[in-house]
Amino acid sequence: MQNDQLLQQLADIVGAANVSASAVDRITHSFDATQRQCLPDVVVHPGNAEEISRIVRLANAQRIPLLPRGAGSGFTGGSLPVHGGIVLVLTRMNRILEIDVDNLIAVVEPGVVTGRLQKEVERLGLFYPPDPASKDFSTLGGNIAECAGGPRCVKYGVTRDYVLGLEVVTPTGEIIHTGGRTMKNVVGYDLTRLFVGSEGTLGVVTRIILRLLPKPEARKTMLVAFASIDGAAEAVSAVIRGKIIPTTLEFMDGSAIDCVRKAAPLDLPLDCRAALIIEVDGDLSVLDSQVDRILAIIEPLGVLETRVAATSEESEAIWKVRRSVSPSLRNLNPHKFNEDIVVPRSKVPEMIRALEAVSNRYGVPIVNFGHAGDGNIHVNVMVDLAEAGMEEKVQSALHDIFRATVGLGGSVSGEHGIGTAKAAYIGMELDPPTLAAMRTIKKALDPNNIMNPGKIFLEDQPEPGATAG
Amino acid sequence: MAELKTLEDYRDEIAQCVRCGACQAHCPVYLETGREGSVARGKIVLAAAVLDGEVELDERLREEISLCLLCGSCVVKCPNHTPTDAIVGVLRRQITETHGLTPIGKGVAALTGSKSLIKTLLKGADLLSPLLFKKIPETSGLRLRFSPELLRERSLPPIPERNLFARVPELLEGETDKPVVGVFAGCALTYLYPQVGELLARLPHSLGYSVFVPRDQGCCGMPALSSGNGPLIDKLAGANLKAFAGRKIAAVLTGCASCHGMLAGHSAEKTGNPFGAELVDIHVFLAKNGLIERLAALPKWKQRVRVTYHDPCHLHSAGVVRQPRDLLRALPQVEFVEMEDAGLCCGLGGTFTAAHPGLSRSIGDRKLQGLQASGATLIASGCPGCILQLQDIVDRAGLPVRAVHTLELIQQALSESPQ
Repeated sequence: MQNDQLLQQLADIVGAANVSASAVDRITHSFDATQRQCLPDVVVHPGNAEEISRIVRLANAQRIPLLPRGAGSGFTGGSLPVHGGIVLVLTRMNRILEIDVDNLIAVVEPGVVTGRLQKEVERLGLFYPPDPASKDFSTLGGNIAECAGGPRCVKYGVTRDYVLGLEVVTPTGEIIHTGGRTMKNVVGYDLTRLFVGSEGTLGVVTRIILRLLPKPEARKTMLVAFASIDGAAEAVSAVIRGKIIPTTLEFMDGSAIDCVRKAAPLDLPLDCRAALIIEVDGDLSVLDSQVDRILAIIEPLGVLETRVAATSEESEAIWKVRRSVSPSLRNLNPHKFNEDIVVPRSKVPEMIRALEAVSNRYGVPIVNFGHAGDGNIHVNVMVDLAEAGMEEKVQSALHDIFRATVGLGGSVSGEHGIGTAKAAYIGMELDPPTLAAMRTIKKALDPNNIMNPGKIFLEDQPEPGATAG
Repeated sequence: MAELKTLEDYRDEIAQCVRCGACQAHCPVYLETGREGSVARGKIVLAAAVLDGEVELDERLREEISLCLLCGSCVVKCPNHTPTDAIVGVLRRQITETHGLTPIGKGVAALTGSKSLIKTLLKGADLLSPLLFKKIPETSGLRLRFSPELLRERSLPPIPERNLFARVPELLEGETDKPVVGVFAGCALTYLYPQVGELLARLPHSLGYSVFVPRDQGCCGMPALSSGNGPLIDKLAGANLKAFAGRKIAAVLTGCASCHGMLAGHSAEKTGNPFGAELVDIHVFLAKNGLIERLAALPKWKQRVRVTYHDPCHLHSAGVVRQPRDLLRALPQVEFVEMEDAGLCCGLGGTFTAAHPGLSRSIGDRKLQGLQASGATLIASGCPGCILQLQDIVDRAGLPVRAVHTLELIQQALSESPQ
């Protein structure tokens, strides 16, 4: 595929400085955060939608695989060029085009880093809530492709809840516009929602209209230590049942706490086997009473200690505990299988028990933490793959975990997406007609399967409409 | 003395990188280029490919490896503390071994490897003087490192007539019950800002210490590290070790963050602290010796000047963040204000500014927004390299701001009467 003519055509579109087929550039665009590597053939840094449209037409005519890439920080292989081809890196398209304080709207290009937009809107007293852990480096384009979540989603919802409209280059090179600048809009199909979370398989997002909120006046953070995992899990459901929706409701199990403790001294009681970090936000006048109500609800559930941060430094210290979980997991075992299952919130206690059962069944440590307030649990199966038979053991454990998740009415991925990492499990959750409907949409928009091929759907499944056998 | 490490020695550290991408938020170069090869993660993947023989040290690779300020921001923020700065240092040495020094690297070698050349170049001379450059052969890398064209584009301090060694004796005798401390001044505080270098010696002396300023000390080796010159790093480290070996000292003080970073960190890769005495940044030393309290007790001036602080990367990564601010806050003539992005790199990065002048300037210009919003008219820092670059940044932007070393403000408070 790698011929000089194609490189020249691409250079004619974006300029020679923005096209490379060098070994170095191919290697530096061969990975994301999944630890897998697949070499693309060409790396292109386009500057606008028109250029992307021309590149896509070229790729479609020559049947060249193509995929958009933001920060390349995804966890499920969404930006891995599994079939080679062209990587479209969108980091040059990083302008915040507009922040409309009268209509609470921001218009941005896909390469804008989420944290940067948040900083800019907060200067104006506004708020963009979705806060994936990667917000300081992941891009809004990537967040839209994966429908990113984050701790604040308990109260504020996920990326899709803030996307009002999109400009998209389709897999055949058309530039289309979905949604718009209004809160209400029922004209035609809701294509905006179709593209959010489509993992770059339906097109390249080139412009984004986002909904903003007024920035909450204040927030209050508390750390609650529990004697048992059951107590903490019950507390998550109890708070929601008590008709309080905190901003965040983060959970850490005993093994997560042990990992943090091993890495650095931790100011938590030694008999603490689970912890919740709860944050509320809003008008200063109502925060204290919200905190009191939450503490009253969870008090009977085996609370060992409660710490309410009085200053922003104390709040930061609490969040530091939560953030140190992920890096400290390496102390347990070298290899991490990180899943982001989600269950209905009332099922969190049952799910936690199911995870314990899986851990015991296979004798593999499973560390659980995450955004329990919306039922989203980060499940980390920690193993050493050098041990004989471990690979099979892990796969069986993951299979059981997903089976239990779906059995409780949950989903195999809350916010990381399917990509390549979870394609094998999609059939566990979606019935064949639903899957077929999705593939029909993909086929209609991308007849030649050039746009991020090899993602979401297993490739050995028959194409929709093809005769079986 | 153990050998400098090779890429193979870093195999485990390279494997530590989990490709999460967190370094993208902190790399000054990536913030400008948005290109994966600029950032730590990309460089680590390339280092792994070099190790496994999957990529040549070709021109494109050499270009990506040159795009690093060695600021260490990525190392500090990496969840697994992958030592990308050290790995880039090794890659640059490997590149030099196979491809020779770049023209800039040759300039560094000529300049920092020879004290007489530094003196010839700087002694009372105007750096921009074409006459000076006539004395340098056409083929010398010095012309590239300090070419009149390059220098004309940036603000430079006038080069003082008398260097540090002409200003302070080799030994300043202090009180008999106080130990001797050594001063490692580095090139910039010896020749470019000797008035600051002098304070680095005089302030500890005023606290009762005997101060040893050995004449045979030379360059710390940071430019040699930056240009991948392993033999020169060795040579300089050996010379400095010898210079301080003659006398029993309690500590070696630095007033240049880059020297501190090189001697404490990069050099430690090989020898551990080269001096056998604790290496202490001057802010930390003064704070420990009660200067904050002493300054705070001075009568406040009526007319105070608004001052902000820029964190030099190599103090920031060494955890020296609080002491310079506490000292500035205590000053009677100063109204201290924080600025946004105080910890963002100034963009100088040793030889980086010579290799990538445009990029170096655009990285530096990121300081302007926070600086302007702070309303400060003085920006203090603890590194002469940063001070040089900061002055250039504000001058190009036409701002009425002066970049100073923290020590200069401390000296002013101690020596001038309140206004």
